[in-house]
Amino acid sequence: MSIDLSQFFEVFFEESFEGLDAMEAELLNLRPGEEDSETINTIFRAAHSIKGGSGTFGFTSVSDFTHVLETLLDQIRDGRRKLTSEHINLLLQSVDCLRAMLSALQNQSEPDPTESQKLKAQFEAILGIESEAGGEEVLSEAEPDKLTFQIDFKPHAHLFKTGNEPLYMIGELAELGDLETQAFHDGIPPFDEFNAEDCYLAWRFFLTTTAPETAIHEVFEWVEDDADISVQLCGGLFEEFDDDLDKEIAATISSKDTPKSVETIEHEPAENITAQVKEEKAPSATAAAQPALSAKPSTSTPKTQDNTSTSIRVGIDKVDSLINMVGELVITQAMLSQLGEQDMTDSTISALQEGLAQLAHNTRDLQESVMRIRMLPISFVFSRFPRLVRDISQKLNKQVELKLLGEQTELDKTVMEKISDPMVHLVRNSLDHGIETPEQRIAAGKDPVGTLTLNAFHQGGNIVIEIMDDGQGLNTDKIKQKAIANGLINEDDELSSEEVNELIFRPGFSTADTVSDISGRGVGMDVVRRNIQALNGSVEVSSARGVGSTFTIRLPLTLAILDGQLVQVAEHTYIIPLISIVESLQIDVKKVSRVGKNLDVLRLRDEYIPILRLFDIFNHDGAIEELDKSLLVVVESDNQKVGLLVDDLLAQQQVVIKSLEANYKRVDGISGATILGDGRVSLIIDISGLVKLSGLRKPGSQELVLDPNLAEAIS
Amino acid sequence: MLNETALQTALNQRLGHGEAHDEKQYLTFLMAGEEYGVDILSVQEIRGWSSATAIPNSPSFVKGAINLRGTIVPIIDLRLRFGIEPIAYGPLTVVIVVKVDFKEQSKTMGIVVDGVSDVYSISEDTAKDVPDFQESSSSQYVDGLVNVGEKMVVLLNLQKTLQI
Repeated sequence: MSIDLSQFFEVFFEESFEGLDAMEAELLNLRPGEEDSETINTIFRAAHSIKGGSGTFGFTSVSDFTHVLETLLDQIRDGRRKLTSEHINLLLQSVDCLRAMLSALQNQSEPDPTESQKLKAQFEAILGIESEAGGEEVLSEAEPDKLTFQIDFKPHAHLFKTGNEPLYMIGELAELGDLETQAFHDGIPPFDEFNAEDCYLAWRFFLTTTAPETAIHEVFEWVEDDADISVQLCGGLFEEFDDDLDKEIAATISSKDTPKSVETIEHEPAENITAQVKEEKAPSATAAAQPALSAKPSTSTPKTQDNTSTSIRVGIDKVDSLINMVGELVITQAMLSQLGEQDMTDSTISALQEGLAQLAHNTRDLQESVMRIRMLPISFVFSRFPRLVRDISQKLNKQVELKLLGEQTELDKTVMEKISDPMVHLVRNSLDHGIETPEQRIAAGKDPVGTLTLNAFHQGGNIVIEIMDDGQGLNTDKIKQKAIANGLINEDDELSSEEVNELIFRPGFSTADTVSDISGRGVGMDVVRRNIQALNGSVEVSSARGVGSTFTIRLPLTLAILDGQLVQVAEHTYIIPLISIVESLQIDVKKVSRVGKNLDVLRLRDEYIPILRLFDIFNHDGAIEELDKSLLVVVESDNQKVGLLVDDLLAQQQVVIKSLEANYKRVDGISGATILGDGRVSLIIDISGLVKLSGLRKPGSQELVLDPNLAEAIS
Repeated sequence: MLNETALQTALNQRLGHGEAHDEKQYLTFLMAGEEYGVDILSVQEIRGWSSATAIPNSPSFVKGAINLRGTIVPIIDLRLRFGIEPIAYGPLTVVIVVKVDFKEQSKTMGIVVDGVSDVYSISEDTAKDVPDFQESSSSQYVDGLVNVGEKMVVLLNLQKTLQI
């Protein structure tokens, strides 16, 4: 076959990484002694698929390594070997190793063999013990004499469609010893019945080798269901060919497996690998549709240097709805162009307006559907944590139970990719510094097993991710001392415990020496916060001594688009995210009171809303300063309501978010910029940043500084 | 990035006059009667002044941000940056859009100048250091001074000038 297989590499890598994820997840579910054969089967199948695929594509280093892994799994599956935790650890390491190897191959470089050889040796050591204990391998080792096997290999006609290539198997056989090959082509049908993608050939091999018979079976393991295979010992002598057998082979080929599903044959063979892998995982109705989908983006995307996958798997329903919408759009367009050809009368104008409204509706629907395609459940990120938690807690001799909540919460893929690193950091911190050792926990009267909970949910236009541990909490005294030592605060500064906790996010804090265990909690926290802020998100910590800590990450659902309310402040136009707006109103001056020197508060029903003068905060001249002539936009951020004083409300529209930071720098109170319909730039207000900027809330405190006393002061 | 730098070097060499490999081309512009030069390879385009959207709480020399074909580009008034008396913007006011490589990323920014002057090939060797006046804060933005004929040209260090 002279098909360029490289075009299918991406599909293979994607499948393999998925397979590895599945293996990892299942391995983490395994408990020695109570293993479930279905779990082992799943792991085995995933390994098997990777081995088969890598063999097909000629990645021998991967297939060789997977081979030993598979042998061990096979023995466990057959009950020949008891599963131990050592096995699980080794298999998990192998998953990592395979991941690294495949990433290297994906980046078109040779994988580093050191790790895989080390692991392979460990596997062989385990498997070797078995063979000494008696078995066929011992036999072959004891008699290194050469034996000759007669191997009949009659592939079923659909062999190519399962992504298998006899040539590679023959190559593998040839590596075992001296190989004589005889091909039978009697099965080739007359030309007009010939299907180029069916396999009509059969082979008989005579292999003279020192390798055990099992080694031969392993060569064909991948195709055992797709071919008739027989292996016989011929006593070291070549036998005469049996003509009857030839005919028999030919008969088998022509009678069995005549093209079953011609319509699917149009796919290239490697796509069928996908199909097969899919079917092994879950023989669902979508299996046939999936490969075509996943193959498309991967062939069009260029090779990337990092190993993040550049394609997404999309449910067919999402694509269907897109196609529907495009259909609608085309109809609207046809209608409008028809109108354009007519003379303008009142009735055509009103029809045109109608058409434009419909167009606006269609565009919006289409946009939402496209956004939906990028939305993936957060389980894509969460799924890496069981492993991480297992590894770290083992290393630290801690017992930790991981709870995952809200795994189906959907999130934009770009946000997801960027949030996983900060999350890993926070989880690691919780395990390292939050959760105590079992002894400490028992001493503190707690369950020796600590709990780490990851929770994701939607709140307004945001996604909230919580990382909760029931550990010892932050030690405010130590943090404060550390901060004083680092010159971040003065000794006589009076800080609330929230403000102290906030210190761990300070850049200076991360450079603190990590002798005391609690200060380690600050290592890199500034980076975590910066990364999250770069996503227009925020992170907060709340902690209770001895009870635990909770880190709360708030992120926008998508980084691309938001619904905005355009407002006017002097001659400037700003955009307030619609999602944060509670209401907009004219101020009744009688309900405004002044607190302290310059804070105005509006009594709105049962609440007191601090009034922030946007023009003041942003240093703009020429805005309306009288309260009764301007408008108040009440917004909510982090459960706090504030009112923004603006001159006027303009239109509401969806805006595409552009970065101001890319060419300038971060501006407090501004989350980004956008371009309005007339080409002007308009800035998007970052509500929580604005509140901080106004000085209403001290950085990091959960409450408005004035809030509790405020009500009393006024009432 | 590496390739881009290599490309620039190659371009530099080609633009220079053969044997003098360290010769660079500079675009010069006028400001308050003085002539300033910037590396021509960092210049993206030259455009007229169009009103910019003010950026809150930015230094006075930041005139705001404009939309440059979909990219948000901040505009810096060089007169104000150097502490020179501002003049009213007119139809001849020029914005030079430059791309500057900072340590972490390259940024596209616009600088407002009085007018564009000329393009010179200047060998960096001939540049004289700026006299180090303690008083003058602007001297830190200058790479050197060169004579072109009778005129003196101030070679600007864009990285330092546009570091905000």
